[in-house]
Amino acid sequence: MIPDENIIEITSLTKRFKDVLAVDDLSFSIQRGDVFGFLGPNGAGKSTTIRMVLSLIAPTAGEIKIFGKTLTNHRKEILTNVGAIVEKPDFYLYLPAIKNLEILAKISGKEVPGNRILELLELVGLKDRAKSKVKTYSHGMKQRLGIAQALLHDPELIVLDEPTTGLDPQGMKEIRDLIIRLSKDEHKTIFLSSHILSEIELVANRMIIINKGKKIVEGEVSHLLNSEKLKITVEVENIETAKKVLENTYWNNQIESINENKININLESKDISSLNKFLVENGVLVNALVPVRSLEDYFLSITSSAK
Amino acid sequence: MIFSLVKIELMKIFRKWRTYIGFIAIGILVPLLHLAMYLEGQNSIDFVTRGFRDSFVFVGNLLNGYWISYIILNALTIHIPFLIALVAADLLAGEATAGTYRLLVTRPVSRMQIIISKFLAGTIYTGSLIFWLATMSLVVGLIVFGGGELIVAGSKAIIIFDSSDVLWRFALAYGFAILSMTVVCSLAILFSSLVENAIGPIVSTMALIIIFIILSAFDVQILSDIKPYLFTNYMLDWREFFNDPLDFSEIAKSVFVLFGHILVFFAATSYIFKKKDILS
Repeated sequence: MIPDENIIEITSLTKRFKDVLAVDDLSFSIQRGDVFGFLGPNGAGKSTTIRMVLSLIAPTAGEIKIFGKTLTNHRKEILTNVGAIVEKPDFYLYLPAIKNLEILAKISGKEVPGNRILELLELVGLKDRAKSKVKTYSHGMKQRLGIAQALLHDPELIVLDEPTTGLDPQGMKEIRDLIIRLSKDEHKTIFLSSHILSEIELVANRMIIINKGKKIVEGEVSHLLNSEKLKITVEVENIETAKKVLENTYWNNQIESINENKININLESKDISSLNKFLVENGVLVNALVPVRSLEDYFLSITSSAK
Repeated sequence: MIFSLVKIELMKIFRKWRTYIGFIAIGILVPLLHLAMYLEGQNSIDFVTRGFRDSFVFVGNLLNGYWISYIILNALTIHIPFLIALVAADLLAGEATAGTYRLLVTRPVSRMQIIISKFLAGTIYTGSLIFWLATMSLVVGLIVFGGGELIVAGSKAIIIFDSSDVLWRFALAYGFAILSMTVVCSLAILFSSLVENAIGPIVSTMALIIIFIILSAFDVQILSDIKPYLFTNYMLDWREFFNDPLDFSEIAKSVFVLFGHILVFFAATSYIFKKKDILS
């Protein structure tokens, strides 16, 4: 394995649908072995970007390099090593699951061993329903079959576009565990899109957030989510007492807003206990200290505004 | 890869129940025509030969399998294109409706290979449907009505072919029918590449064929000028194989025009599909 080798390099990627600019000058890279979270609210341009990466749609401008090769010139070679789920998992409903996978194996560009299909169906818990037509499957079962087809030809790069959509909590956990396993045990590079920050936080090591087709932030998940200033909501018994106590203190300058009995204050995480101690020692009854990470807060705000 | 793709496409076609509508329709319609001919076919023979009965004496089994098959081929010019369009219009639009374009296009196969395999599979379906029509009308016709001379009424004369001189004509006529129906198939696939639902392409294909047939039927100067550009004008030229002597130049011209249409429809479909953003 070559460390820090870019598996995906996207440069100034732009997609315009008539009057709509879906992806706007987007650049980022994914390194070998990354579980790369691609985060954004619905309509942010995630699926459009993923469709361009998979050559389903043509970019208006920009360049996509995968495995160091340009997608436009080496499409077939690249796709031989890519497995993907794009949005909802659709299959030939009138065919059994095993037949769907057999078809896809034949056109995967690689020799798929005979037992691979059953192994994968077992992995995703569908072995007993292998011969059932896909039209009899629930959404969750189709989603798991989608994972199986993405892994069919043992690709180096796995692109998963909202793979947990429509799954119950147990199903979501199973998919997360599978992603972690594929990354840790099989050293796959995973490009995972989601509109749920906590999902990305649980599995990804690097991430990018986009909104309205533009990059907002990119970096290490741990760095982005944990090392920045936190916004703390302090819930107190008596807001007037609290205001008086904080007046003319260092803390007062950090206050962002006060609503009813809640004070929203920007702090470093190490200062939370000091603030609590200060308030209690000065006779303010603190009911709760609720930390909201600034990125999470930002993400929640763009997610809710997109709804 | 193309061979695998064609096999996959054929499997998809023949695993859908709509594919069998055509076979079932022919399986019902042709025996009904056989029955009708069995009951009233002699009247049709009398009608064809009415102008010659004063001068000639007709002997032998004229109401035979060959004649029935010839009549059936004439009668099904609208029905067969519909049965072809029913399946061909679904070849691309059906993938869009089902969302399975994504499965195909994210694999290491070129879009051109996908289109070629769709056209080849559509052509094989067309051929199998015409073969089924031939089996039902000719083979079953010969079993039920027996063989004999084939009597064909032209505009100025009737031609009577000896039974030993008929089978090769039918073979070529059915071959020509496959070619002309492949034009319909290609047109339906072209329309299918434009939309995400098969209904539109089926209706569009049939509407175009009906309009062209109507335009061809009018004997007006201005319409006569555009007739050579209507592919429907050449679709019934399988009848040329029941002429004596054969007009090879007319047959070659029709074959050339029909092949030309298939190539144009194929090229247009390939261009559209290569440029298409898969959003379904």
